[in-house]
Amino acid sequence: MPTVITTDKLTKRFGAFIAANELTFEVEKGEIFGFLGANGAGKTTAMRMLCGLLSPSSGAATVAGFDVYTQTEKIKQNIGYMSQKFSLYDDLTVSENIRFYAGIYGMSIPAIKTKTTQLLEELQLQKEAKTLVKELPLGWKQKLAFSVSIVHDPSIVFLDEPTGGVDPVTRRQFWDLIYAAADKGVTIFVTTHYMDEAEYCNRVSIMVDGVISALDSPAKLKEQYNAHNMEDVFYELARNAKRKAD
Amino acid sequence: MKTLRFLLEKEFRQILRNRQILRTLLIAPVIQLILLPLAADYSVKNISIVVVDNDHSPISQRLINKITASGHFRLTGYTASYNEALTMVEQDQADIALQIPTNFERDLVRENAKQLFIAVNAIEGTKANLGGAYLNTIIRDYNADIRIRWQSPNPTAAAPATNPGATPSTASTITAAPASHGTPTANTPVPQITATSSNWYNPYLNFKLYMVPAILVVLVTAMAAMQSAFNIVQEKESGTIEQINVTPIKKHWFILGKMIPFLVLGIILFTLGLLVGWLFYGIIPVGNLLVLYASLIVYLFAMLGLGLLLATYSGTQQQAMSLAFFFINIFNMMSGVFTAIDSMPGWAQAIVATFPPSHFIKIMRMVVLKGSGFSDIVYPITAMAAIGLVLNTWAVLNYRKTN
Repeated sequence: MPTVITTDKLTKRFGAFIAANELTFEVEKGEIFGFLGANGAGKTTAMRMLCGLLSPSSGAATVAGFDVYTQTEKIKQNIGYMSQKFSLYDDLTVSENIRFYAGIYGMSIPAIKTKTTQLLEELQLQKEAKTLVKELPLGWKQKLAFSVSIVHDPSIVFLDEPTGGVDPVTRRQFWDLIYAAADKGVTIFVTTHYMDEAEYCNRVSIMVDGVISALDSPAKLKEQYNAHNMEDVFYELARNAKRKAD
Repeated sequence: MKTLRFLLEKEFRQILRNRQILRTLLIAPVIQLILLPLAADYSVKNISIVVVDNDHSPISQRLINKITASGHFRLTGYTASYNEALTMVEQDQADIALQIPTNFERDLVRENAKQLFIAVNAIEGTKANLGGAYLNTIIRDYNADIRIRWQSPNPTAAAPATNPGATPSTASTITAAPASHGTPTANTPVPQITATSSNWYNPYLNFKLYMVPAILVVLVTAMAAMQSAFNIVQEKESGTIEQINVTPIKKHWFILGKMIPFLVLGIILFTLGLLVGWLFYGIIPVGNLLVLYASLIVYLFAMLGLGLLLATYSGTQQQAMSLAFFFINIFNMMSGVFTAIDSMPGWAQAIVATFPPSHFIKIMRMVVLKGSGFSDIVYPITAMAAIGLVLNTWAVLNYRKTN
């Protein structure tokens, strides 16, 4: 499998504080890569560097074959990103949001129309096409935000705690969407606090205090730490954290 | 280019859906434009005057009639004692006391000169200054009247001058004809030079004609600088800007997408303002509307650039608001809306030259009142364009998609 993300000692300092310290890992194409860690461990910082939103302090990384220092705009053309903060426009309708984001990614109008119909069908939001996004329940909004983040068929999508505050049923549906995207060959890079979700990933990395402390498949991690589930693995690693959660 | 289309589509949808924005952008300024010029009027009316007439002659009577007929003065008292008049000034029943001395008529006829005495309550500076000046003009006029009526070519010039004191008690003296020493006799007319002034472009010194265009600029300024800044900062607060930053969108398209909608709103607001000026104040621009609108677009380009620049430096709407207020207050006080830029010290004038509103107010007054054309406004319009270019370039450079 070809790699789509490669990092080598990728580091971000804010003054004296090292938010992400010498991260080195690879993500393969089509993989669902879980990026775990306690609050304040440096997950979001690492993700923002890979998305071209934040310049690294040192180290190297390529995303979809492009350099994170010099080719951020090329990276942006090839990735999707769903931030922790809800990022659709509340005062636009469902289909207007799809149209807008597809438009600024440079899709043609006929392509946008086809894509909108397809997305609405997948999400079963046909009736809500003309509903303002602020009137949708949170779970629907999250699913819509995910679909919008991959509207331009990127090769990688970064999801920053996409299921925060969502009920278990909707979370399950959300992961169905993630699997569907992965089946199409989209690489999924996802952070989460739900350990059941960690089990869904092909491989998982666990960050503690800005450093990657463990990286393997959930099965191997459980074996290595002699744990029954990912929750125990996470607890084993994260309880030694010195950094205060934010 | 295609990106811009989607950006504009989105902005206009959001603006049109937001009734709050439409209200603050369009209705509030119209109300302000109707109300503010009523206050920003420097012509003084209803100055209360108390006359101490010690003469009781036809000439003194005629003088009083002339004063009250001018429309500026209201006769609130007519007494025979100066102290009584001063009491009225002290009790705020009169702004000015005019004392006509005994034998005013007789001495004027015989000696060709007689002094009048004016005491002005100078607590309200503007009223005192202008009131004194109006009264002087009337007396000078009256002086001339008498000469004509007597058909005497006597050139005795009346050279009154007021000097309002700080309090009512420090009254000033006015001489209706003080310099009559060595006045030539009535039979030998001497040539005299009189300077007269006429007010061009605004012959009746109608302050509204002068103020309405400037106030309209103030309103357009506030809209342009603040709303464009708020709009971007709002996207920062809601987090949508991050979603934009993670797309391959070009920065200049993004900035243009934010600028054009407010440019359009600015043009609508300006047009409404011109309509209000016409309907309520009867002001019809003398100059070419094309010149006016071309200048407006250059001006909005500069002011929206400022708003966008402020937005790149603010993380919250509160920060943007404080920054915008800082600039707008300075612009309003220093750009020649209320006071003349020419009377500021040189270094202050140099600073004001970098304020886009100072140039646009100038253009507005030139085009609206005087009918100036493109060739007359080359300097201010170029200055605005240059300032706008600097601000917008700065805004694009300071807007970072990657931090």
